[in-house]
Amino acid sequence: MTTRIWDGPSAGDAPTTRRSFLRNSVAAAGGITALAAALSPLRELAGQADFSVAQFLQKHYKEMSAQEMEAALERIRSEVERRYEIRPHVRDIRPQAGVEFVYALNLSRCIGCRRCVYACVEENNQSREPQIQYIRVLEMPRGTLDLEKGNHHYDRPTVPDASHFYLPVQCHQCANPPCVKVCPVEATWQEPDGITVIDYDWCIGCRYCEAACPYWARRFNFAEPSVPADQINPEMSYLSNRPRPKGVMEKCHFCLHRTREGRLPACLEACPTGARKFGNVLDPDSEVSQILKTKRVLVLKEEVGTLPRFFYYFDERYPRGLDPDAAPIAESLGHLPAPDDPAPTEHHS
Amino acid sequence: MIRYLNFLWRCFRLSFVGDWRYTLWMFVLTVAVLFGVNAYCKQFVLGLATTGMTDQVSWGLYIANFTYLVGMAAAAVMLVIPVYVYHNRELHDLVIFGELFAVSAIMMALLFVTVDLGRPDRFHHLLLRFNFPISMLTWDVIVLNGYLLLNLHICGYLIYCAYRRRQPSRLFYIPFVFLAIVWAISIHTVTAFLYSGLGGRPFWNSAVIAPRFLASAFAAGPAFLVLTLQVIRSATRYEVTDKALLTLRNIITVAMTINMFLLGSELFTEFYTHSAHVASAQYLWFGLNGRHALIPWIWTALAMNSVALVLLYLPASRRPPILNTACVLLIVGVWIEKGMGLIVPAFIPSPLGEIVEYEPTLNETLVSLGIWAFGLLLYSILVRVTVPVLTGELVDEDTAGNAFGPERPGVSVHEPNRDAVPLGGPALRAASNPPRHLSPNWESVP
Repeated sequence: MTTRIWDGPSAGDAPTTRRSFLRNSVAAAGGITALAAALSPLRELAGQADFSVAQFLQKHYKEMSAQEMEAALERIRSEVERRYEIRPHVRDIRPQAGVEFVYALNLSRCIGCRRCVYACVEENNQSREPQIQYIRVLEMPRGTLDLEKGNHHYDRPTVPDASHFYLPVQCHQCANPPCVKVCPVEATWQEPDGITVIDYDWCIGCRYCEAACPYWARRFNFAEPSVPADQINPEMSYLSNRPRPKGVMEKCHFCLHRTREGRLPACLEACPTGARKFGNVLDPDSEVSQILKTKRVLVLKEEVGTLPRFFYYFDERYPRGLDPDAAPIAESLGHLPAPDDPAPTEHHS
Repeated sequence: MIRYLNFLWRCFRLSFVGDWRYTLWMFVLTVAVLFGVNAYCKQFVLGLATTGMTDQVSWGLYIANFTYLVGMAAAAVMLVIPVYVYHNRELHDLVIFGELFAVSAIMMALLFVTVDLGRPDRFHHLLLRFNFPISMLTWDVIVLNGYLLLNLHICGYLIYCAYRRRQPSRLFYIPFVFLAIVWAISIHTVTAFLYSGLGGRPFWNSAVIAPRFLASAFAAGPAFLVLTLQVIRSATRYEVTDKALLTLRNIITVAMTINMFLLGSELFTEFYTHSAHVASAQYLWFGLNGRHALIPWIWTALAMNSVALVLLYLPASRRPPILNTACVLLIVGVWIEKGMGLIVPAFIPSPLGEIVEYEPTLNETLVSLGIWAFGLLLYSILVRVTVPVLTGELVDEDTAGNAFGPERPGVSVHEPNRDAVPLGGPALRAASNPPRHLSPNWESVP
């Protein structure tokens, strides 16, 4: 007969004796103490504003009435004020009718200076530590669009390098966005003007959208984002650049707080070469409409069927060094190319 | 109702009772759970930065374990199908242990998704805006919770009937058993579709993912059951026949053979074509651009799975030590294959071609171990209270001895006529016949 780990159920129904009561009490007290010790890190939550009742009860963006939206905006204002000692100007800016935004980026002109990257970070109150950037610039060897051949971490004293071209990638605001499709709670959706937005107060942080995006355009707040108080941009909107909490997704939104009011995205304004063009594709006279009609246009990863609203194009003259426009640009930046060296248009990064 | 609560209360008290080995096992598991809780509290406060995940590799150990455990849960069906579809008698009494294991595995899987969330405090958003049927994740929420409820119902009903010495009504569980068979396949299929539906991840975007998930799960799940059934056999009065274990061995062998075949098909397609889509597979198996963190993992998994398969084909694996070795190899091998071999490499290189490697942190490992410990703790308790009920040692005092006429205590240890047993779970057996595993003093049970 083998030994039994337990011997019948009767022990479970045994009457309580003084001894067993004492033993059980000691065990229970030990267990509770151990549980309390295990839970102790939660004490640090006391100071965090992340978990307010108002936010817990807040509705989905599309379900909020004007009043409820105003209450949410006021909550955001006071949170920013408490944290950064700045009274921000937070609004909910809606899309305009008859507008569909597209971006066009001139690969012949981009010099890879990454000014767009940093302008974006400043405009959109992205976390500086840990660092979050919406735009990634790839240094590509000529003759390929295979992204695996690109260098993400090029670090040259001067750009551009003659044997490479530069490919900035950010959210492509797809017309068929896989990220929107996969979100289980509809925290991300496409607006009528073509911008895919995120309700930072609705996202549950499952990161399925991040796995689904073929352009690596989405970023997750792995830690509490931090921005120095003196670098906060106080012009904010609900769906774009207001400070984000820990544990949610964020991404490029075509600076909708600017562009929905007729201004240009920060990355475009920062570009020293005019490589970036932005506008309403429904307006046939807009610059982007003209570019789509006349230039050699391509989209990234056309085969994945996402129908991006972010187009790349080349000027007629290629490579860039032979472009007569390149010299004036370089001049304006204070770097004259050597007359007998046609290729590099230099710029100190 | 009072009676049912009394049943739960007795089960609760019973879960604390056992000899020193049981106490030690439960103590170790509890300590591991508390370490996991502690690690998760740190993660909750500081964010997922406490894990090794990055924007490049945005899913890691948690989702890997989740995927694996969904498969383990689905594998319970490999006990159910032979019994209810093919009327296999040997596995008949063991179905309930498979389903209890499914309950534990689903609980673990759900915990693994929960700890992976950046904002678990917003879990209720799922109830308020549910992107069904577009998002595969919503399908997964439905099928996993549905499967949990189905199994809880089937096990709970049969066990409670045995406790009350009542004949289970076929209407109340047979339809659910057949529903659970289809449902089990659906949970792992839907989980595979989570991955294979993403066009931006060529490594996952393959039709073979779902069949391979099922094949590997139907190998690893029954392998786990082979081990636990032997523990039950040696630790309790519950009878598990060698024949039942050998039936499971056959199931494992077939499932594993299919899994290896599908692996071969996958490798051929990737490496013979050698298109740009091979990058992740290249990284996984041979390294890419001098980065090769996953090579030791995947080759270990391949070696373990191959050795296990060879052992299973040898007649020697009819003996427990060899069979158990094969099972352990296979459980670990499939775990690596689904985690480090399937979830992680799809993120490397990133969609923009960047290679960022992934290594789990200590904190993330502790959380994972904590969830595993919780699952094993749950399974131990479920088995611990179920066995005495099924063997007739834990019965309702009010109904004992009068539900089916006078009992014949301590007589038949073995079924006189197995073929005469109608379809039904072990509880049915325990209820309609005098308990088969009686201890001589069973009447002393209060």
